[in-house]
Amino acid sequence: MEYIYEPWPWYVAGPLIALVMFILLLIGKQLGMSSNLRTACAAVGAGKASDFFKFNWKAERWNLMVVLGAAIGGFIASTYLSNGTVKINPRTAQQLSDDYNIKSAGKAYLPTEIFAAENLADPLNIVILLIGGLLVGFGARYAGGCTSGHAISGLSNLQLPSLIAVIGFFIGGLVMIHLLYPIIF
Amino acid sequence: MRYITYLVIGIFFGIIMFKSEAASWFRIYEMFNFGSFHMYGIIGSALVLGVTGVQLIKRKNIKPLDGGEMSLQPKNKSVARYLIGGTIFGLGWALAGVCPGPIYVLAGAGYISILIVLLGAVLGTFLYGLIKDRLPH
Repeated sequence: MEYIYEPWPWYVAGPLIALVMFILLLIGKQLGMSSNLRTACAAVGAGKASDFFKFNWKAERWNLMVVLGAAIGGFIASTYLSNGTVKINPRTAQQLSDDYNIKSAGKAYLPTEIFAAENLADPLNIVILLIGGLLVGFGARYAGGCTSGHAISGLSNLQLPSLIAVIGFFIGGLVMIHLLYPIIF
Repeated sequence: MRYITYLVIGIFFGIIMFKSEAASWFRIYEMFNFGSFHMYGIIGSALVLGVTGVQLIKRKNIKPLDGGEMSLQPKNKSVARYLIGGTIFGLGWALAGVCPGPIYVLAGAGYISILIVLLGAVLGTFLYGLIKDRLPH
């Protein structure tokens, strides 16, 4: 039974993600996990504030169903198919512990130091999560897509703009982890 | 019926994200530290199949089931919006340790704190809509 809880290796997960992309293409859609945020803004009346949200959002309701499904999938996987821990490179785990006092690697799915509900009492954690989300939402719309839209769909279609966006993702990620983390944490 | 299809696709995607640990903060941190091949393997193997499949679709002129056009339109040419927008996205991806898909997956998995990230992402999307005309694209 234990193997049910084991994480899926990359060579299983990657092809399955490609499969999801092809299923969506076959029903006339494309893989993208951030445009639903624009749909949601439009659905609650953001069109009054900006023309960016004046579009036929009802035609895009399907992507709200996909993310609702993703949440259900997260519930199923975390409840029945996982023991809720993630093993990473021991060197990386040690470094997290030494430099940032994040000691939950190997013991949790998300670092409890940041994500545990009781640690929301620390305002720094709330600011980190809120600003992180803000940058993700803003950047995804500015770049016209996120990891799934550019790094998977766009690159699969050999789109140069997607390659530029993915290079941007890594510039931002590397700057954050290597230059800003030592200041923030 | 259509909605059920999208829901099932989403459930499948959510399970993949959680089980592959692509939804884990630790894996994102490890990726930007070049600590493991895992995340690169996920994206890389998806792309090997993705590029091959999309080429096949184009060469064989395969149509979606309902007979319309495949959603494979070329993206608008630009450097600024992709590079600047992409960099902003990357900063957030590494700070919160999640990209948009996993936000929903983790919300479903019961991590209350992720709702703050979701709130931020909605606000960020709204903010972009407000100031987009003043940004280089």
